[in-house]
Order: sequence, then C-alpha cells, then structure tokens
Amino acid sequence: MIINAIAEIFPTLMKGIGITIQVLIGSIILGYLMAFIAGFCRLSKNPVIKIITTFYVEVFRGTSLIVQLFWLFYALPILFGIDLGSDYLAGVLAIALNYGAYMSEVVRGSILSVAKGQTEAATALNMSSFQRMRLVIFPQAVRMMLPEFGNYLIQMLKATSLVSLIGMTDILYYGDILRSSNLSQAPTVYFLVLVFYFIMALPLIWLTRKMEAASKKGVAS
Amino acid sequence: MNSGNWQWDTFFEAFPVVVEGLGITLGLTIATYVFALIFGFVWTLLNAIRIKPIKWLFRWIMEFIRSTPPLVQLFFIFYAWPMVPVVGFALDPFTSAILGLGVHFSTYIGEVYRSGIEAVDKGQWEAARALNFSTGQKWTKIILPQAVPPTIPMLGNYLIIMFKEIPLASTIGVAGILNLANSYGSANFRYLEPLTIVALLFLVLSYPSAILINKLERRMNRRFDKKEQTGSKPLKEEKEGAAS
Amino acid sequence: MTEPIVQYQDVHKSFGDTEVLTGIDLDIKPAEKVAVIGPSGSGKTTIIRMLMTLEEPTSGDIIVDGKNLWHMEKNGGLVPADEKHLRQVRGDIGMVFQHFNLFPHMTILDNCMSAPIHVQKVDKKEAKQRSIEMLEKVGLGDKLDNYPSQLSGGQKQRVAMARALVMRPKVMLFDEVTSALDPELVGEVLEVIRGIAQEGEMAMVLVTHEMEFARDIADRVLFLDNGVIAEQGPPADVLENSTNERLQTFLHRFRS
Repeated sequence: MIINAIAEIFPTLMKGIGITIQVLIGSIILGYLMAFIAGFCRLSKNPVIKIITTFYVEVFRGTSLIVQLFWLFYALPILFGIDLGSDYLAGVLAIALNYGAYMSEVVRGSILSVAKGQTEAATALNMSSFQRMRLVIFPQAVRMMLPEFGNYLIQMLKATSLVSLIGMTDILYYGDILRSSNLSQAPTVYFLVLVFYFIMALPLIWLTRKMEAASKKGVAS
Repeated sequence: MNSGNWQWDTFFEAFPVVVEGLGITLGLTIATYVFALIFGFVWTLLNAIRIKPIKWLFRWIMEFIRSTPPLVQLFFIFYAWPMVPVVGFALDPFTSAILGLGVHFSTYIGEVYRSGIEAVDKGQWEAARALNFSTGQKWTKIILPQAVPPTIPMLGNYLIIMFKEIPLASTIGVAGILNLANSYGSANFRYLEPLTIVALLFLVLSYPSAILINKLERRMNRRFDKKEQTGSKPLKEEKEGAAS
Repeated sequence: MTEPIVQYQDVHKSFGDTEVLTGIDLDIKPAEKVAVIGPSGSGKTTIIRMLMTLEEPTSGDIIVDGKNLWHMEKNGGLVPADEKHLRQVRGDIGMVFQHFNLFPHMTILDNCMSAPIHVQKVDKKEAKQRSIEMLEKVGLGDKLDNYPSQLSGGQKQRVAMARALVMRPKVMLFDEVTSALDPELVGEVLEVIRGIAQEGEMAMVLVTHEMEFARDIADRVLFLDNGVIAEQGPPADVLENSTNERLQTFLHRFRS
C-alpha cells in the first residue's frame, strides 16, 4: 500500500524539482556575486560606498528571509513601480540578497585575516595595491572562504522551499497540493519531500567537505 | 493588488495591529530556543555512544534534519504527524512550531555543545586524570567550566538566528507579527506598510542583540586569551615593528 | 666621492604618542654593507621599514638614488607621494623579513617568479630562468615545485632571499632574518647572506642580533639607542673600542 502511495506521489513531486533547482542555481550565482561585491565594498575607503553597503548588509542580516521574500513580492512593485515580472525573480532576489549579505561578511573577514606580512612582502616586491589583492591576498582569502561558502550552499537549498509561499511550483508546492487533496497521505508526502531535499543536499554536503579539505592547503601558518 | 505609493495612514493604522503579535513571536522564540537547548543535549549524548552502527545512525538522522528545510519539517509536524498511524496525535500550531523548529535547530545546538567540549585542551583531561579526579568531578570541576563559556556567544547567535526563523510559524497559523501583517494585507489589499513594520520590528530587536553578542564574544575571547581572528601572527609583528 | 644610494635626512617617526626615532641622518653608499644593532624598542626595524614604504616617516626625507621617496613634485611644490611615485622609487629596494612571509599558495618557483613577471614585466621564460638560477644559488634548486609549508625555517628564509634577489635590487634590507629560526638553522642562512655580500655590488642594510656576523661582513656598524644613531663606524671601532657606556652594556649582554 505504501509502495502504491509512493508510486503515486513520486511523479507529482518530480514536477517541482525543476523549479527548486532553478531557484537554487539562480540564488547561488547571484548570492555569491552579491557576497563579493558587498564584501569588497565594505572594505572600500570611500565612505559613501561603505555606508550604503553596511546598510544593505545589516538590514538583510537583521530581518528574516521570509519577511524579505514577502516584502519583495508585494512591496517592490508598489514602491518602485517595478513589476518584478515573475515570482522567480522575487524568490531568487530574496534568497540571494539575504545570503549574499551573510556571505559578504565571510568575504570581508577572510580578506582581513590574510596575514599582514603577506601584504608587506608583496609591497617589498613592489606590487601595486591591485596586484597585491589579485596575486597574493585574494587567492589566500578564497581558500579561507570555502568551508563557509559550502555551508551556505545547503542553507540556500533549504531556503528555496520558501518560494512555494509566493506561489512558485516547487517540490513543496506539489507536496502541499497532494496533502490538501488527501490528508491521510500527508506523512508519506512530507517525508518524501524531505527525502527529495536530502538527496539534493547530499552532493552539496560532499562538496562542502571537499571545500573544507581544499581550504586546509596553502594558507599562511 | 492595490497600487499607489507608500501611505503613512496605512502604516499607523497597521502598526498596532501588527505589534499585537509581538508577544506571540517573542514567546514562541523563547519556547523554541529553550526546547532546542535541551534537545541539543540529546544529540550530544547520542553522539557519545561508542557503538559504531548506532552512533552512525544518529549522525545520519541529525544530518538529515539539518540539511532539509525547517519549513517542510514544520508542515510535517503540523499536517502529517496527526495522520501517522498509532503514535500520531494532533498538535496546535504553537506547539507544532516549538517542535518543528526546535528539533531542527537542536541539531545545530548539539554541535555547539560538542565543539565546546572538544575545544578543551587535551592536557586538561590528562591533568584531571593525573590528579585522580572522579568522573563526576572531572566534568563539573575541570571540563565544563572551560567548555561552557566559549559556547555562550555561539548560543546567543543561535537565539538571534532562531528569532529570524520564527515567522515561518505564520504559515501554519501562529498569530505572530508576520501572520498578522499578512492578514492585514489580505483584508485591506495593502501589504507594503504592514510588511515594512514587520521588517522594522525585526531589525530593531535583532540588530542591538547582535551587537551585544559580538561584544560578549570579544570579552570571552580576551578572557580565554584567544586570538580574535585566525592568522593573528601579523598583530605580533606589527607590535614588534613598532617597538624594535 | 660616490653619491649615496640612500639618504635619511632628519627622519622622525612616532607611533601614537611615542616618538621612536628622533632625528635620523644617514648616508648609505652603493655597495656598502651596514649593520644596525641596538636594544629592542630602539627603532632599528622601523628605519628599514620606512625605506621599504611599510611605515611612513612622521617628518624628514628619505632620498633613494636622488629621488625623494615619500614626497613628489607637483605644481612646483612637494606633496605626499602617491602609490605610483612610491612604486617608481622603491623598485630599487628589496627586503627579507623576520617571518619570511613567503606566499603559501604558490610553489617556491612561483614565489620567485611572480614579481618579475607582474611587476617588472619580464618575459615569463626569462623570469623562470632567473628564478631557477637564484634558487640554485641559495641551494634550493631541488625544491622548485614544493610549497613553503614543506620547507624548514632556514630553507624558507633562503627562498625569501632568492625571491628578493630575483628583482635585482640596488639595496637589500634584512630585518632580523635569523631571529625566528631554530639555532641550528641560523648558520645556513648567514652563509647565504655572506655569499651575497661577497658578490659586492648591492648595498645591504642588516638589522641583526648576530654580533660576530655583523663584524664579519659589515663595512659599518650603527648602534641605535633612544631613537638616534648613538655610535657608528667600522665594526672593530664600534664593537670593541667604543667608550659609549650604553653600547658597552648592550654588548656585554651579548657576550655573556
């Protein structure tokens, strides 16, 4: 009987997997991009850039993702007259801006924690400040960022489940439909949804371990 | 959806309505946090089991809970648990939220406890043995006094993180600030102002707490003579450069 | 008389409220080997760090090969140097650090090659050849593809010297390069420095605690005390025949 139920539920949930993965990939790309942009801007010497970035980071870290998602979904079209056009954009934007803010702190912290002697050695070799960053500081900082960046991959995967709340047809959305059509199936449905997410998380967990291992190599002792 | 710009009238009208839910939101935060703090111990203890297959099984369960969305876990507890044969029973939204979110975050809290214990220097265990302490004395006099303080800022951070996840409970009908803002929105076709109020409330409550915990963390680090950041060797160099 | 390659003119340096250097005047001739000694806190490291542009003087001028290091001419007046000016002037200077500061993410060879390629725009093949030659000279020709973490402290310091030498500086600065080393590794590093010194054409400034070594290779020894050059002259005069009481006390601690 359980097998029958699974056979019935499984294909329906599969329909949502495409959206979940699309939102995840969009969020990862845009999120990392925001992390680097905001991370570098916070290190900028220009006070205006610094204040604006700090404001962005603190607002997105200080409020919750689900609130940001609803806000972007409902408020942005009203406030700025921008029709985000699709839920996809609102969903990806919310996740990317939220985790981008968190990860920008990782970027900033890693760059600042590259040993000062490295900058000095690069200066002694007459490198320009841009060369120092590109050849010496950044490659070392990236290695330090890797483990945390890996962890945030899994956080972002989990966060994609929220987009069902703004009507996107992801895995959880189809799970909710199945549940409302047959409440007695709910345990199997939600357990399967969880399993779906876990299976998607496995490669990310594996990747995180790899990133942790990679970061242990080649950092100044 | 209603169009038009920001309306202060709506803002002031919605404000008391939304703030009404603050008690529930904060209450749920505290309840869930306490639950997670207690349940976190369970994971730490399970982790200490020496029998390999059992230890392995619990690690995977923990990993499973940790890497799947809390929202789905919440739905599972609220919608599915009553339908589970034999053991299932219905739970009200508030209790469901405590369980669903509490269990999810307890897996993180458990890791914090573990890291605290593991961070105690190996020499301390050896010293305790050399001084012939009993197991109970070893834990209460030597290990825990050193393991607990460094975890306090981390646990504080999780309080703030959980506070920001609590509005997930609005999806199963817990009448916290987000839930009330959404109801106000659907009743008046105005979402911008009530949602902004929710965002402001979160900001006002979590930002100062974050600063507080940051300060606490720095003080802890100083007390325990830890470096603030990795790679702090240059700090030493800087001083030498200035002095020699 | 040859023109000095480096001149300090009434250079002062403060950190916060403490004035570490209270008026340094110093000429260094091309190819001259200068050893700087003095108690810790006397500012000896600061002297060379200012020349490497790692520390900015509070006042005074440093002239490198006729060019003012920390100031540049603009609209007929002197203004604080910008990065471009600093890079132009400091190109003749190289430095070796107490803690090596090798780039941990690069192989030994890349550590040596990166600056010639990116800074001096030397052809990649030539940079590689120069680097290999230099690494062989410091006795590490067999470690080209190793990473710094795989080397001993003495080997790291030899790589650091090769890395600086590949840039062919006119002035080389050594900042207590043996103080972070285990005692048994000091010898190999000093040997390499001695070799470099014997080649002759490069000026060298060594901040050091190795008195014997300073006597051996230096043309001139400076004793720094209370922020000024308290005593200077040929090694034998300063290290053996000085009547300066504080220098006597300082040296006495090293002998015992």
